[in-house]
Amino acid sequence: MTAVMATRRHKASRSARRQNLLGYLWISPWLLGFVIFTAGPMIASLVLSFTNYRIINVIKWAGLDNYVYALTKDELFWPSMGITFYYMLIAVPLGLLGSLLLAMLLNQRVRGESIFRTLFYLPSLTPAAAAALLWAWLLHAEVGLVNYILSLIGIKGPPWLGSVRWAMPAIILITLWTGMGGGRMIIFLAGLQGVPQEFYEAAEIDGASGWRKFLHITLPMISPTIFFNLVLGIIGALQVFTTAYITTKGGPGRATWFFALHIYTSAFEYFDMGYASTLAWFLFLVLLVFTIIQLRLSEMWVYYAGSA
Amino acid sequence: MDATSVLPARVATRHGRWYWLRHVGRGLIYLFTVALGIVFMLPFFWAVTSSFKPPWELYIFPPTWFPKEFRPGNFVQIWQVVPFARWTLNSLKIAFFNVLAEVLVASGVAYGFSRYRFAGRNALFLVLLSTMMLPAYVTIIPSFLMYRVLHWIDTHFPLIVPSFFGGGAFNIFLLRQFFMTIPMDFDEAAYVDGASSFTIFWKLILPLSKPAISTVAIFAFLGSWNNFLGPLIFLNTTNKFTLPLGITYFRVAPMDSAEPRDHLLMAASVTVTLPAVILFFAAQRYFIGGIVMSGLKG
Repeated sequence: MTAVMATRRHKASRSARRQNLLGYLWISPWLLGFVIFTAGPMIASLVLSFTNYRIINVIKWAGLDNYVYALTKDELFWPSMGITFYYMLIAVPLGLLGSLLLAMLLNQRVRGESIFRTLFYLPSLTPAAAAALLWAWLLHAEVGLVNYILSLIGIKGPPWLGSVRWAMPAIILITLWTGMGGGRMIIFLAGLQGVPQEFYEAAEIDGASGWRKFLHITLPMISPTIFFNLVLGIIGALQVFTTAYITTKGGPGRATWFFALHIYTSAFEYFDMGYASTLAWFLFLVLLVFTIIQLRLSEMWVYYAGSA
Repeated sequence: MDATSVLPARVATRHGRWYWLRHVGRGLIYLFTVALGIVFMLPFFWAVTSSFKPPWELYIFPPTWFPKEFRPGNFVQIWQVVPFARWTLNSLKIAFFNVLAEVLVASGVAYGFSRYRFAGRNALFLVLLSTMMLPAYVTIIPSFLMYRVLHWIDTHFPLIVPSFFGGGAFNIFLLRQFFMTIPMDFDEAAYVDGASSFTIFWKLILPLSKPAISTVAIFAFLGSWNNFLGPLIFLNTTNKFTLPLGITYFRVAPMDSAEPRDHLLMAASVTVTLPAVILFFAAQRYFIGGIVMSGLKG
């Protein structure tokens, strides 16, 4: 009896050892990569953020100097933060609404649904660099298509990317075109198709209007997908780089000097690696705070069908 | 008044007064959808039509919807005035290695996470998920310094090697979700028959996961093909550029006095976008399926 139990225990521990060994063997490429390309650089970047290091000179400990400089002396720190937030506050809600609207149109089971899905999705496949170059041409002040169409209805279009006032709306327009019909729309569409049809039928018998059905059935049922898209949308919006780098290089007059552009310039044009790391950590902290706030707030409005 | 007497009346109104209103509503929705479809396609149309125009025709007002002088030669010229063929080869080479690495490594790692109960598995998986939210800027500066020590700056190594270590958190996540849907009984039956861990992975799990692997391969290709920040930071020599980085050469800054080359810029942009579009049409179902899987099972 005891002998049987002993072998069983022995077998169990052997199996556990096997599970551990093989498990770690299989995930070892990721584990190694995580240490070399993520955790290691993260620690290095944190250390660098407390130093003065311009590649050509010797690395020097600087304590909190970089952080103090960013918050009090860097003339571009707060403006670039502000510009990034301005972009986020406009582009994220517009993008989410736009994607939801497109998904709802597709969900009406219009004729040729898959054709329209393709048409809406294609812009998101365009390489960001190509999309930016293409839109710089579309938004050309004199001969661009956008201003030509505006002129047909009697509006004199602004110089868009060349104007302090209109450069940001132009960049928002570009990212809306590439983002609205992409993955976000597909995820919304799947969310909408996952709402049980019986809910709508029951509401119709009770005489609910289309708007009330949307407000009381659709929205709560797809709130997890809204949350998912919102979190990813904000993370993406805080890191906008390629579109601005190609179309405006942060101009005119630093009107589109995004925070990511500020980091890039500090690091790879001025090679001020210490200070650029400080900036990167500011971005990381902002992102972390936003994500935590959203996770907290989500308990109030996200409805998971599984948990009563 | 009971329910049975109310119901027929409601049905009657639905087929009477409201019936045609509903049709008008649906018609309007359809019209709106068509209009939006046109708006989304207009930039593509404009790029294509501009790419066939000679330079003089690009700068006339009002612009022409179709080229008066049809010039397909623009698409030949882009290969002559810049090392476009070299950039294409570079892009293809990097994409090939990225796809290979991401498919093989990510599926192996996902296999480990979905099939073995090792100590600290859940914690590590959480770490993996959280790396997806990490902004690239936090790691890119030390990585750059590391590659500098290795003399990897201005080579393709920084764009290829990391993908062999992990294969992308998103891909691992996607594949693990898929592997979880394959019953463990399959593995156990094979194990009893004497199959090794690797045999089970290679001969059982991978063949059963073709749709998920296709999805990962497609997104790996697109991610590599579209990458701009990486090549911008790590490459200096024109001959080593990838396509997205290379085509920015055609952009003439507003204050630049160089000869206009917007016709070539459009031809180049169209050419760079084309492979992605073709891939989409060839493998549409994997796109949609993959996105849905990533978004809903999260």
